[in-house]
Amino acid sequence: MLYLGKSNTSSSQREDTAVDWPQFYDDSALSAKDVRLKAFYSESLPHGKTPLERIDFVALDFETTGFDPKRNGILSIGLVPFTLRRIHCASAKYWVVRPRAQLDHASVAIHGITHSDVQSAPDFMRIVDHLLAALAGKVVVVHHRGIERPFLDAALRKRIHEGIAFPVIDTMELEARLHRAKPMNLMDKLLNKEPASIRLVDSRARYNLPYYQQHHALTDALATAELLLAQIAHRFSPDTPIDALWL
Amino acid sequence: MKAELIEVQNFLKRYPPFSTLPDDTLHWVADNIEVGYFKAGTQILEFGQEIDALHVVRSGAVEVFRRNGDLYNRMSEGGIFGEYGLLRNRQIRFPAKALEDSLIYFIPEPIFAELFESFESFADFVEIEDSARLRNAVSRHEQANQLMASEVKNLITRPPVCIEAQASVKDAAILMSAESISSLLIMQSPVSDTDYGLPKMVGIITDRDLRTRLVAKGLDYTTPVADIMSTDVITIESSQYVFEAMMTMLRYNLHHLPVVSYHRPVGVIAISDIIRYESRNSLYLVGSIFRQNSVEELSALLPEVKACFIRMVNEDANSRMIGSAMAVIGRSFKQRLLELGEAKLGPPPVPYCFLALGSMARDEQLIITDQDNAMILDNRFDPEIHDGYFKALAEFVCDGLAACGYTHCKGDIMATNSRWRQPLEVWEGYFKEWIDNPTPESLLNSSIFFDLDGVWGELKWATQLNQLIARRAKKSPLFLACMARNALNRTPPLGFFKDFVMEQDGRQNNTINMKRRGTAPLADLIRVHALAIGSQARNSFDRLRDILETDILPRGRGQDLRDALELIALVRIRHQALALEKGEEPNNNIAPEHLSDFERKNLKDAFQILSNAQKYLKFCYQSNR
Repeated sequence: MLYLGKSNTSSSQREDTAVDWPQFYDDSALSAKDVRLKAFYSESLPHGKTPLERIDFVALDFETTGFDPKRNGILSIGLVPFTLRRIHCASAKYWVVRPRAQLDHASVAIHGITHSDVQSAPDFMRIVDHLLAALAGKVVVVHHRGIERPFLDAALRKRIHEGIAFPVIDTMELEARLHRAKPMNLMDKLLNKEPASIRLVDSRARYNLPYYQQHHALTDALATAELLLAQIAHRFSPDTPIDALWL
Repeated sequence: MKAELIEVQNFLKRYPPFSTLPDDTLHWVADNIEVGYFKAGTQILEFGQEIDALHVVRSGAVEVFRRNGDLYNRMSEGGIFGEYGLLRNRQIRFPAKALEDSLIYFIPEPIFAELFESFESFADFVEIEDSARLRNAVSRHEQANQLMASEVKNLITRPPVCIEAQASVKDAAILMSAESISSLLIMQSPVSDTDYGLPKMVGIITDRDLRTRLVAKGLDYTTPVADIMSTDVITIESSQYVFEAMMTMLRYNLHHLPVVSYHRPVGVIAISDIIRYESRNSLYLVGSIFRQNSVEELSALLPEVKACFIRMVNEDANSRMIGSAMAVIGRSFKQRLLELGEAKLGPPPVPYCFLALGSMARDEQLIITDQDNAMILDNRFDPEIHDGYFKALAEFVCDGLAACGYTHCKGDIMATNSRWRQPLEVWEGYFKEWIDNPTPESLLNSSIFFDLDGVWGELKWATQLNQLIARRAKKSPLFLACMARNALNRTPPLGFFKDFVMEQDGRQNNTINMKRRGTAPLADLIRVHALAIGSQARNSFDRLRDILETDILPRGRGQDLRDALELIALVRIRHQALALEKGEEPNNNIAPEHLSDFERKNLKDAFQILSNAQKYLKFCYQSNR
């Protein structure tokens, strides 16, 4: 039934089967060894049929030293809690952490976090309590699920030898559902049309959301939260059950 | 650790009232902001709903409505709404709806309250009443402008030196020498109860009078001063502006001007006092107009007229100062042209009075203006014998004015039109006909004649016509109704949206004519009220002052109208000055992208006041027929 793979590659298979996330939380609250993880799972998830309007979301974004959770590390974390009604910047959080992996010049150019910034930054373990507390019981929202969940899982495995799993709503996947659901028609192919971009900036523009500077974890988290609100306003309803969206 | 929400902060910084806040405050606001998304067509705020935050449009567009469903405002990026509700019972008075897909930033009430308490600029901006915000804007401008707006009493250096009317001119001369002054006020002991036992000023003598009226005439030094003094002394109230004193002296060619307070002289100011005070003032232009000896020379002053206008705007003069300065300059051109015309054509065969009409008569002239003028002729005027002269004189003056930048009136309201070059009794007939048998059509093009001022010649005839109007107009409800109806022909827009002018019905235009849609309908409206109360004032601010003394306007409305007029006029003036500075031809059309946020917001308030005042006017002078 439920199998939590040790490697990253199995996570995509897991998503194909509908996971009973609330049940998984309840089970993990008993089975987890680390007290921090025990506490995290003890904050129960809402039932899968809970309507969106009653969900507490938290948008999450990481800047990392690269794309491979095994070799690269987390550099900064931004999160913004919200509900369907409002995004609450007052409860937003932002941390810069010191990665164990090398910080290369190419990535510095993207996120602007420099060697000297990370020299004075704390290790991930120093903030993990606060991070888990902010995520517990909430539905995590990301744009492209290949980063935050795997990197958080890997960071914990490296440090406490125990991984983490939680449902995410992926705003990029929601865009893909709309724009990549069927292959492009012949006419569009003949006209050499590009498929619609599902990058964060381009997706936001389709909903008349403003342009935000990218690659700052806090701003990207806010941008992701706004994108989900727009997607729900246009394509779902406040009554839509949460399990229609989470993965 | 908490990093700033750079995007939110940078956005807020671009728009008032947030642009006035210090950076650390903005940081704090950004950190506490909430965000919501509204699909096009969804209701953002419902009437009566409780409100907990100031709403800022981050992207998209929002429409705000009145309770009756009328569109109140439409706003785009940077627009704020919900402030009325926050300041009043926290209940929504103006429902709001997303016109486009919109992202809204919410500034929670406790944060809003803190900003409102701590920052005056913020409080002024979101102030509950449109008119209060407008008043702040206008008065802030006036504060900036203290130098120009200084009162006459600031120029008084000593109490007036007076002498009894019975005293001899010798005594007067001795006193003047002893006090080293160049003028003396002549006082008469109280004769009637109405003088309250106080001496009364009956005349003035100056050095020049001793020269021209005594020595040159060979009179005896024992002559009483009363025999050579100037009577009907022109005075100024101590609370009037220095600027007005200067205008008065230039207009009547006076070198000494007694200053009075409650009818008692408190000092005398000389032209030299003003020169010292306003040494940079550009109104010496008026003096130079009278030194030019041909139309060509006069038209060569045009660049100086423009420079004078720009200088006044840059010196932060208020609209009234600029309007009256430009009117005095225009009047001086007319007067000099008439002098030159009489020199060329010989003295007039019968007396006449040359009239200024419209904005010049109201002392509200700006840099680009038509000439509107007319002539009253003596009742002995015989067209067969005399009209050749007056036609030639009118043509000389009107063509001369055109050469000096005052274009010919498109409606042909000029002294060159024989209809407007008539004897006094014909003029009286015109006004009686307009007032006693009015139709909106017959009055459509004649409202300009109800702003009338004598410029040259028999000025008393202009006064007589003004008195006739004041007496008769207030007694004719039908006339007032027709005037009111015409005053409603031109309406203000609702406000601005993005780079468009937004009309009451939601239509959008690219530019706004600030005269047609702003100052002109205001002047029209004020004129109707002024006629209704029999006021003889012609300047709109003076008319408003008279109107305020009666109770015909609801409380506070007169003040609001004053502020609205000042603001709209100033925006118009500033944009003309900007065009002149750039070497462009100034006009009355303004594109919204050239308005500052400050101007946009305050203009919207001013338009609202005008629109309300028009509704009230309609209600006040409804015709029952």
